[in-house]
Amino acid sequence: MASMRERAPRADAADAAAPALDLPPEIVAAIDAAISAHRTRPGALLPILHDVTARIGYVPPAAIASIAHALNLSRAEVAGVVSYYHDFRDAPPGRCIVKVCRAEACQAVGADALVEHACTRLRVAMHATRDDGAVSLEPVYCLGNCALGPSITVDGKLYGRVTPERFDRLVAQVKP
Amino acid sequence: MTTTVYVPRDAAARSMGADQVAAAMAAAAPEARIVRNGSRGMLWLEPLVEVVTGSGRIAYGPVTPEQVPGLVAAGMLHGADHPLRHGPVDSIPYFAKQERLTFGRVGLIDPLNTDDYAAHGGWAGLRAALELAPEQIVATVLDSGLRGRGGAAFPTGIKWKTVLETEASQKYVVCNADEGDSGTFSDRMLLEGDPFAVIEGMIIAGLATGATAGFIYLRSEYPDAADALHTALASARAGGYLGPSILGSGKAFELEVRMGAGSYVCGEETALLESLEGKRGIVRYRPPMPAVQGLWGKPTALNNVVTLASVPIILARGGAYYREFGLGRSRGTLAFQLAGNIARGGLVERAFGVTLRELLYDYCGGSASGRPIRAVQVGGPLGAYIPAADFDLPLDYEAFAAKGAIVGHGGIVAFDDTADMAKLARYAFEFCAIESCGKCTPCRIGAVRGKETLDRLRAGDRPRHQLALLRDLCDTMEKGSLCAMGGMTPYPVKSALEHFPEDFGIERTPAANASGTRA
Ligand SMILES: Cc1cc2nc3c(=O)[nH]c(=O)nc-3n(C[C@H](O)[C@H](O)[C@H](O)COP(=O)(O)O)c2cc1C
Ligand code: SF4
Ligand code: FES
Repeated sequence: MASMRERAPRADAADAAAPALDLPPEIVAAIDAAISAHRTRPGALLPILHDVTARIGYVPPAAIASIAHALNLSRAEVAGVVSYYHDFRDAPPGRCIVKVCRAEACQAVGADALVEHACTRLRVAMHATRDDGAVSLEPVYCLGNCALGPSITVDGKLYGRVTPERFDRLVAQVKP
Repeated sequence: MTTTVYVPRDAAARSMGADQVAAAMAAAAPEARIVRNGSRGMLWLEPLVEVVTGSGRIAYGPVTPEQVPGLVAAGMLHGADHPLRHGPVDSIPYFAKQERLTFGRVGLIDPLNTDDYAAHGGWAGLRAALELAPEQIVATVLDSGLRGRGGAAFPTGIKWKTVLETEASQKYVVCNADEGDSGTFSDRMLLEGDPFAVIEGMIIAGLATGATAGFIYLRSEYPDAADALHTALASARAGGYLGPSILGSGKAFELEVRMGAGSYVCGEETALLESLEGKRGIVRYRPPMPAVQGLWGKPTALNNVVTLASVPIILARGGAYYREFGLGRSRGTLAFQLAGNIARGGLVERAFGVTLRELLYDYCGGSASGRPIRAVQVGGPLGAYIPAADFDLPLDYEAFAAKGAIVGHGGIVAFDDTADMAKLARYAFEFCAIESCGKCTPCRIGAVRGKETLDRLRAGDRPRHQLALLRDLCDTMEKGSLCAMGGMTPYPVKSALEHFPEDFGIERTPAANASGTRA
């Protein structure tokens, strides 16, 4: 099956035909660095998207063409992957990212109420970034901390047994 | 003499402040040697600090950073008495009454130290395997009765035999570390607390099947496990356990970690392979099985973390040793994970055959809220809800299957009598709708329709009609879905309806039994 085989990446990142990016130069540099760090690995697309996200926080739609070009994929293929996975976002997130676990074990100890509390305290809806860019609030489906729920992460750091009071302390950096 | 103090580095312990406890300990007892171990699995006691004394490792917990100076002043470094003291860790009943085979080293050793690993039986399985022909390794694993711990419980030896017997220029070993099931954390605890065991299991899988390269597909929600793996892989390479010639044997094996990206269905083996190849995690049609045509079309031995980490002890002690544990066709041990509304949540490794009641009450002390446990969900989001009346059911693959339930990856989530089972049933559909890969209609559309139908049922809108629709829909999803995502979402729904009809506004009469769950 042809689709199972890995397509060869293009030989050179500085390929003359590489599409120009309509983005600030430091972002272009970050995207290029991510591409050249992984492009020769088999199955390079997810590692590149993770790397871009680690560097700049999201995958700018304008970056899709250059990633597609480097991996010899169509833009639709790359865009399809970006949109498929919850981890990849196409717009910059808030300065603080709060994720609240909504899965069963956390529900058993009050996750639903914690979600409501989080929306009220942070003044933002689930799946949304606050207008002032201070915070993004997202659901997550299990953090592997199911004996110590409800669990959340704040900027990637995991916290267990999160009561509303503990929640407020953990997000103290976000202005109400 | 320097006193050694263990403060876990496990993510669950860290989620309760273990890093701050370690820092406070370093400040209060600068003379002590602090080792960051894995967790013993007594998660309600985390951070659980252990002090090495003449009478064993004395446990204190749960410790807050603020309590550390007081503990040290009270003589903790000599094992002195204190309200937080639990005595020698291996005499705490929760821990003492376990059968720790796969998790024997987790919490005991410094997980990132190869010498500590070797001193506690590490690499013995690999050394034994290097003396054997591939067929003999496969025979040993077959003989052990080991079945996949990822959920489907397929015999590991049979899978490996297929990979071994399929000729190809390249074969792969893939470790499924996607652990998406709510209520499960055994993969995480192993990866963080004994990563070399997973690596050793994968190398043995390579020797058994003729695969020379491996990938660990790790969910991105586990950054601590990623760090542990990267460090462990570097030392395994430096120690000659990985590379072109494993321990000078002339046999090669190389290993790499790849991160998932927040998709539950990517735990399904063929979706996982697609994702590893850099694509959307869409489930593949089978056959061909991954053992015949897996990663990039090559024969691939794909196994769960716990399955792979159970292999070294089987090779070191023999298939018969492992098979001695368990009952019927469920051999060996399973690491049960007790979660949700539970007083003493954590990990209990026991031979198959232990009952839910023993786990929920003898080990875990009932619910955290102090209210009666009304139901447990076993085996993750696709597992059935089991009512209190069935808590004497032995944990055994076949006994559960006979009840329309699954053991799965061993996660047990407890709910007290305030739980709304209709809401949980609705959540099952909602989760399926969110995570469906979209390849087949019964799952993609069925999950959305199921959610809507349940909403109407809960609102009291023509309940008999909705029940009939629901019955049909569950049937279609079970029979018509390509994988267990759509195929088993009806399990939690039907079991909730069967055992808790009152939550759906239905009277508890035989006619209300819409489920048809195999009783
Ligand atoms: C929707 C879905 C999700 C799954 N998630 C996981 C998972 O997170 N981890 C896992 O090991 N197996 C998971 N499985 C089971 C795998 O498809 C596969 O059976 C297993 O990884 C094989 O390894 P084993 O034989 O060692 O259990 C999942 C299956 C389905 C249908
Ligand atoms: S059942 Fe659902 S997840 Fe599985 S293949 Fe079909 S659409 Fe995809
Ligand atoms: S269910 Fe919330 S951490 Fe697992």
